[in-house]
Formats: sequence, C-alpha cells, structure tokens
Amino acid sequence: MKKILSIGLVRGLVFQMIGTLIGALLVTAVRAAMGLSAFSARTFGFTEPAWVFGGFVGVLAFVYGTRVLDDWIAWARGEDTPEHREDEPGWRKYFSPSLDHKVIGIQYTVTSLLLLSVGGLFALIFRTELAASGLQFLSLKMYNTLMSLHGIIMIVSILLGIAGVMNYLVPLMIGAPDMAFPRLNAFSFWVAPPAAVLLLSSLALGGFDTGWTGYPPLSARAPLGMQMFFLGVWVAGWSSILGALNLIATVLRMRAKGMTAFRMPIFVWAAVATSLIALTATQLIGLSFQLVMFQRLFGMGFFDPAKGGNPILFQHLFWFYSHPAVYVFVLPGLGLISELLPVFVRKPLFGYRWVAMSSLGIALVGFLVWAHHMFTSGMNEYLRVPFMYSTLLVAVPTGVKFFSWVATLWEGKIELPTPMLFTLGAIVAFLMGGLSGPPNAIVATDLHLHDTYFIVGHFHDTMFGGYIFPFFAAIYYWFPKATGRRLNEKLGKWHFWLMTPSFLVLTMGMMRIGLLGMRRRIADYDPALGFDLTHTVLTVAAFLIAISVLIFFYNIYITLRKGEVVTGNVWNSRSPEWQVPSPMPAHNYDRPIEVVGEPYDYSLPDAPYVRFAE
Amino acid sequence: MRHVVIVALFVLTMTFLVYTGLNALNPLPTQAATQAVVVDRMFHLEFIAIAFLFSLITVPLVYSLIVFRRRPGDTGVGRHIEGNIKLELLWTIIPLITVIAFSYMGAQALGDTLRVDPQALQVKVTGFQWAWRFEYPDYGITSNALYLPVNRQVLLRLESPDVIHSFWVPEFRVKQDVVPGRETQLRITPTTIGEYTVRCAELCGVSHAYMRSPVVVVSQEDFDAWVAEKQEESTEATGPDAGRGQKLYETLGCKACHSVDGSEGVGPTWKGLFGSEVELDDGSVVVADEAFLAESIREPGAAIVAGFAEGTMPSYALEESQIADLIAFIESLK
Ligand code: HEC
Ligand SMILES: [Cu+2]
Ligand SMILES: [Cu+2]
Repeated sequence: MKKILSIGLVRGLVFQMIGTLIGALLVTAVRAAMGLSAFSARTFGFTEPAWVFGGFVGVLAFVYGTRVLDDWIAWARGEDTPEHREDEPGWRKYFSPSLDHKVIGIQYTVTSLLLLSVGGLFALIFRTELAASGLQFLSLKMYNTLMSLHGIIMIVSILLGIAGVMNYLVPLMIGAPDMAFPRLNAFSFWVAPPAAVLLLSSLALGGFDTGWTGYPPLSARAPLGMQMFFLGVWVAGWSSILGALNLIATVLRMRAKGMTAFRMPIFVWAAVATSLIALTATQLIGLSFQLVMFQRLFGMGFFDPAKGGNPILFQHLFWFYSHPAVYVFVLPGLGLISELLPVFVRKPLFGYRWVAMSSLGIALVGFLVWAHHMFTSGMNEYLRVPFMYSTLLVAVPTGVKFFSWVATLWEGKIELPTPMLFTLGAIVAFLMGGLSGPPNAIVATDLHLHDTYFIVGHFHDTMFGGYIFPFFAAIYYWFPKATGRRLNEKLGKWHFWLMTPSFLVLTMGMMRIGLLGMRRRIADYDPALGFDLTHTVLTVAAFLIAISVLIFFYNIYITLRKGEVVTGNVWNSRSPEWQVPSPMPAHNYDRPIEVVGEPYDYSLPDAPYVRFAE
Repeated sequence: MRHVVIVALFVLTMTFLVYTGLNALNPLPTQAATQAVVVDRMFHLEFIAIAFLFSLITVPLVYSLIVFRRRPGDTGVGRHIEGNIKLELLWTIIPLITVIAFSYMGAQALGDTLRVDPQALQVKVTGFQWAWRFEYPDYGITSNALYLPVNRQVLLRLESPDVIHSFWVPEFRVKQDVVPGRETQLRITPTTIGEYTVRCAELCGVSHAYMRSPVVVVSQEDFDAWVAEKQEESTEATGPDAGRGQKLYETLGCKACHSVDGSEGVGPTWKGLFGSEVELDDGSVVVADEAFLAESIREPGAAIVAGFAEGTMPSYALEESQIADLIAFIESLK
C-alpha cells in the first residue's frame, strides 16, 4: 500500500477524489447555512455549484498530492532544495513528477496516446451507430455526449502530444541541458491528468450535448456534464499556457553557442510559432467557458438574450482562441515534415528561411481569421468579407511550405523507411485538408458547406496531415533515441499502408456526403438521402484505421521487449541529439555544443552542423 | 529541364482529369434557387483551382519518388540546392494574387445571394427545439410546412425562442443561423417546383437530428389555392379539436418523448394523463386539469413531474388554439 502511494500519479488521483468531496461538502454546508437547497437528485446528489467547486478543489488536491509543488512550497517557507533531483531508475520515474524534460516529454506523449485511444474508441462507437440510418444502439443523448467528448478528448490529446514532442526535442535540438524552468515544466504536465479526469467524468455526470464548441444558450441549459467539460478545458488550458511560456524562454535563452536564429532546426521555429499562439490565445477559450460557467452558477446573463446578453459574443471569444488553436495543432507537425524530409532526401530543406518565416506568418495571420467560423451566425453582415480575405491569406504561407517540400524532394536521393512514409503521408493528407479549406473560407460557398460533413472531412484531413501522421513519423524516428531500440519496420509499414488509404477514403467520403447534404453532429440521418452505403464504407474505414493503430501499439510493445538494439546515429542525421549514443543520457550533452554549419547540408557530407567542445 | 517539362505536361493532364472526375461525380445537390446558381458558379471555379493545385503538388511529388528514389547500392547524396529566391518569391506572389482574386469573386457572389427584391414574400420562421413553424403575416396563416411560390423571392425572417438553430435547404444552398434574442434574415428565390426539406444545421440539443420540416415549392396558382385553404381552415377552427391535436403531436415532435400508449419515454406518457393526479418533484400533488396541462406546455420549467429531469421538455412558442388542440388530444387518450 505504502509502495503504491509513493507513486505520484496514484497519490494525485486519491487526493483528487478526496479534494472533490471536501470541496463539494464545503459548498453544501455553506448552502445549507444560507437556507439554499443543499442536495439535488437531478444533479447526482450534490448541487451544481458544489460539484463545480469540488471539481476545482479536486484539481488543486491532485497537483498537491503528486508533490510536484513541493520545491516551491519549500522555497516559500524559506528552505533550500537541491537544483537537480535524480529520478528513480526504471519505469517508476514516469509515474511521478520528474524534472527531466525527456521524462516529461515521454509522460506527455504516453498520456496523449492514451487519450487518443479513448477519443478514438468514442469515435468508433458512434461511427458504428452511423453505419446505417435509424438509431441502432445509442440513444440520442449518448450519441451527442460521445461525439462531443470525442472532439474535446482528441484536442486535449493533440495538445499533450505536441507538448510531448516539443518537450523532448527542443532542448536536445538547441543543445540545452533541460527546459528553462524544469519545475514549471513538471507542473504544466501534472495539471493535465486531473483535467482529463474531469473531462471524462462528464460522461458519468449527465453528459453534455453541445459539441466541443459549447455554444450557449444550449450549453447554458445542458446537463451537469457540461460544467465538468468547461472546468476540464479550463484546467487543461493552464498546461498549454505555461508549457508555451517555458518553451519560448528556453529557445530564447538556452541555445548552444553559434546557434543563430537561422541556424536553428526548423522544428524549433515551428515550436516557437506554436507556443506564441498557445501563450496568447488560450486564455480566450478558458475565459469564454468560464463566462458560461458563471452564467450557469450565478445567473450572470453574459450570453442570455433575456438578460441583455449576446450569444454571438461567445462565438467571437471562443473562436478567437479556437481558430489559432488549429495552428497550434498543426504547426509542430508541419515543422516535423520540414525536419525529416532533408534526412531522407539527403539534401537541404529548400528555402529554409522562407519556410521558417511561413510558420510565423501562419501564426500571425491565424489571429485575424476567427470569424470564418461564423459566416452564417448572424454576426454583422459586412464583417464576412474582410474575414474571407484574411482567411484566404493563410493559403499563401501554407502554399510556401508545400512548394518547399516538393522542391526539397526534387533531385534528392529519396529513401522510404517508415518515418519517411509517414512524412509523405502527412504531406498528402495535409494537402487534402489545405485544398478543401478555401471553399469554406469563401463566404458564398461556405453558406452551403458550413455545419456539414464536408467540414468534418476537411478538418480531419488537416488534423491527420498536420498532427497524426507527423506525430507517428516522429515516434518512429525518435523512438531509438528515447529507448535505444528501433521500432519494427515491417509492422511500421503495415501500420502506414493500412492507415493511409483508409483515412483517405474516410475523409473523402465525409466530404462527398457533406456536399450532398449530410449535416454534422447528427445521430441519425434520413434514409431518403441515400447516404447509408457511404456511411457503411466510412465505418469500415474507421475500423481499419483503428486496427492500424493497434498494430502500432503492438509494435511498441514488442520492440520494448525484444526490439533491435540501436545506439548510434540510426538515420545518419546531422542534428545534435544523434551525435551522442542512445538512449539519451540524463543531462543530455556532457560537453557543450557549438554550431559550426547549416542544419540541413546533407548534400555536403564534409560540412558538419555541430561540434562538441573539447 | 527535361524533368520539368515532363512534370508540367503531367500536371496539365492531371488537372484536366481531376476536374472532369469531380464533375462526373455530381458533387452537388440539385439546384433549385437563383442563389444556388450563384453559389455553384463559385464552386466550379474552386473545383478548377483545386484540381490544378492538387496536380501541381502530387505530380512532382510522385514523380520525384519514382525518378529520384535511391537505387540499391547508391550511397551518394542529393544535389546541393539551398533555395532559389526567384522561385520563392514567385510562389508567394502568384498565390497572393490568386487568393485576392478569389476573395473578390467570393464577395461578388455573396452580394448576389443577398440581392433584394422589394416585392419579396415575407415569412416569419420560428425554429425551436425541435421543429419549425412558418407564419405568413400577409395572409394571417401559420403552417408547419413552408409553402413557397416558384420564381418569387421570399424573405425569411428567422427567430428562435430557445437556442441557436440554422435554416438550411441543401437545394437552395444558402444557410442562416436562427439566434435567440434577435431576428436574422435569409432571401431565397426558388426556381424549381418540388418538395424539399429544411433541416436544422446547428446542433441544438438532443433531437437536433430530427429537426426538419417540409418545404414545398409550387406554382403561383397552387400557392394561392393553398393560402385560401389555410385561411378557411383557421376560420373554421372554432374550439379545440383532438384530430388537429394529434397532428400537432406528430409534427411538433412531442411524439419523440411522450407516448400515447402508456409505454415509457423521455417524458411521461399521455395515456390516462388528463384528470389524473400528478406528483411533482417538490413532493406536491396536482390534478392534471386543463389549466395545469396548458401551463406545463407553455412553461415546461414551472412544474416538474417527479422522476423526470428539468430542462428536458422544450418550450414551444405555441398559439393558444394549438395548446387547446393538444389538450383536447390528451383528453381523448383515456
Ligand atoms: C425532449 C422530450 C420532450 C418533448 C419533445 C416534449 N416533452 Fe413534454 N415533457 C417532457 C418531460 C421530460 C416532461 C416531464 C418533466 C416536466 O414536467 O417538465 C414533460 C412534461 C410534459 C407535460 C406535463 C405532463 C404531466 O405528466 O404532467 C405536458 C402536458 C407536456 N410535456 C406536453 C408536451 C407537448 C404538448 C409537447 C409537444 C409540443 C411535448 N410535451 C414535447 C419531455 C418532452
Ligand atoms: Cu478556423
Ligand atoms: Cu438543430
């Protein structure tokens, strides 16, 4: 028992339960003292305010319980703590707070994969429901809850996944011993699990039926689960904001000698662009959700027309984050594509500077386009035109990336191991997403497309191309660095060749029926529309994707047990992390790095990128 | 250079193939309004651009994978090209001009869909959880189906008493959200006689999937006849009528939650409800008389039946006569 309780994660979860109970009881006691109703059968015993406050206290208790705050608490007391804390050897270190960015990176990545599986499972459930018209085995309410949870769980999973990749790679790539603020880094990770627990708890607390967008007035009337969703996202936002802050500080302050801005690996540029958005925009989604929470808890009518509120205001606040957020999701992935292509083509990234600038360009323009989600919302009509211009403008820096990738491939010596396959898959998938974007941006055609399955197809293309494919590419590529073992190529190829065609069928099918009149977010569709067959095909495709991901998990399992041991520079990369043996030692480089060349001169074998100080 | 020429030829061929392929698939629903014509013209311009850009990227990509693949035994490196300022400027500036052109055309097309006909027929549309109601202020009639005369612009004035909905008939293309607390508008000029369906496009709660109503486009004569018939109906409508109540029960969606045969549902069954004693969730007991039922329908949140969740039963902006019809129907279910 004592041994189990020494694991940070377990302690955190126990504390979260106790904290939730204490918080809820506190509110209940205050309400009883004030003569308000103390319990409610409708909201699972406690009243809604009690649940919300309980949920909040539960998160604080989780974080406290994991002991990730201990150093700070000691400092506040005036005590000193050691600069480094050595991790326990073996797997146990991953379940408790660690200050090592590589451990944290893996914690993020594994949590992300777990949530990816949960979100994917939800998708399979309601995808099966949709295989034929009529209601098969889900209720309308359950469908809506699963669909909504699928959306938000995938988003959180993606945020954690990119945090994982950035955490692991950025310090290694810039030659730093760790992130700038290791304790903040650990804290950023450890607020994420309780947020995930909150999100999932909404399933047990009445669910919610608004989609991940949570538009009021619907969300102001939805069941209690809505509040757990709001609170969960609100807490997860902290993880994102603090992680971004840390990353920017790290890149600004801790680069190796000689690593000027235009000699940084291109992924670092992407990570900075992403973090700039996450640092400045995430507040808006937290705030907009908080306002609805307060509307529900305290009757403040921010978005309630009966009280002078404005439901459209919510959409502005929400999309002011949630549009840039999609670039948070995809910029790191696009950076990974640019990072990996030169390795497997053995020539420089074409137009490195322009590609770096295009990431910043996307991040910047991305802030000016949010209202393209609101072309039919009833906002001021004349606003639609400027937002169409700004949205289409994003196509320019995005195009720059595509052209550079193709030009990078041109006259190279192309090899196709699994990471490269996934990189190419990413390009194709993102191309599909990129090409299906402008019709939504052009108001006239968006009047038809908005809120249809076309949009669903479009953003699954961008998410697969901008995140899923590059994320898998990164795992196949850096797995040897993290573990000293190389993932099985044969299984990797199975994974790729099963997933890619299924995925293309899935999203193209979605777009097709969307154009023909299939709405999004519906549990059932009119058989008269004739979509049954397509939906069956889509469901089969979804299951094939799931099988391919299972193959991937099996590959990880089998490789960790008895995979090929590789300690050297597997891919013949120029990046500094591959110049030292795998797995990476605890404090990264034992000798300082100096940058002496260009990062991607693969076609000049005698011109190294980095040198170790003697 | 030879490679470039080959790729350019392939790109052109591929563009042609993709565009013809897209068209052959009949990607859009039937076109049944002047606004749809405008939107579709824009769609086709976009399809051309998509076909070209798709080919422009995939053709050199696949070509490179075949021609520039590493052959067995080859240990060389790729050609050293760091970039090309002219090319990079080119592929920044040309897309820039293209997107500005498309934005301009898109704005023109949007303007065309908004063109105002001062003679437009006005219809007040109420979207509520989970059905539509249409009022014709010029004729003093109300209907659960949207009847429209062909080739005459209609101005839909959209309102919602509860949450956000969205009015969408795919054959007309254009779409507009219905927002509580304000009126939004949509102009449509149907061009083809036929039956369509308006479906709510904005997630609006549990039964969103089923929020749909018929849209019937008829000739001017048929429209006039329908109006006359409706007007007669409403003058005839003296006193509550269980038959009309049953129709409302089906068309308004009460059916989704209330059974009439005693079976369990999301809401209490209506069988034997009239005149029975109902226990409320605050413990009190009331008799389900006319006044109580009317109140329950008008303001579902006012009294909650024990064992059922508050906030499930939607509020409908019904007229008194409709409520009376519904109660007559409930009364008939002994
Ligand atoms: C989404 C499900 C749903 C729909 C649709 C719905 N109701 Fe209800 N209704 C409920 C629930 C749940 C209750 C019980 C809770 C309450 O009293 O609000 C209820 C209660 C009632 C009552 C009080 C019944 C009693 O036993 O005392 C009446 C009358 C009623 N509804 C009429 C209607 C009418 C008329 C319609 C259609 C115009 C309708 N309902 C549509 C869910 C629904
Ligand atoms: Cu957007
Ligand atoms: Cu709806």
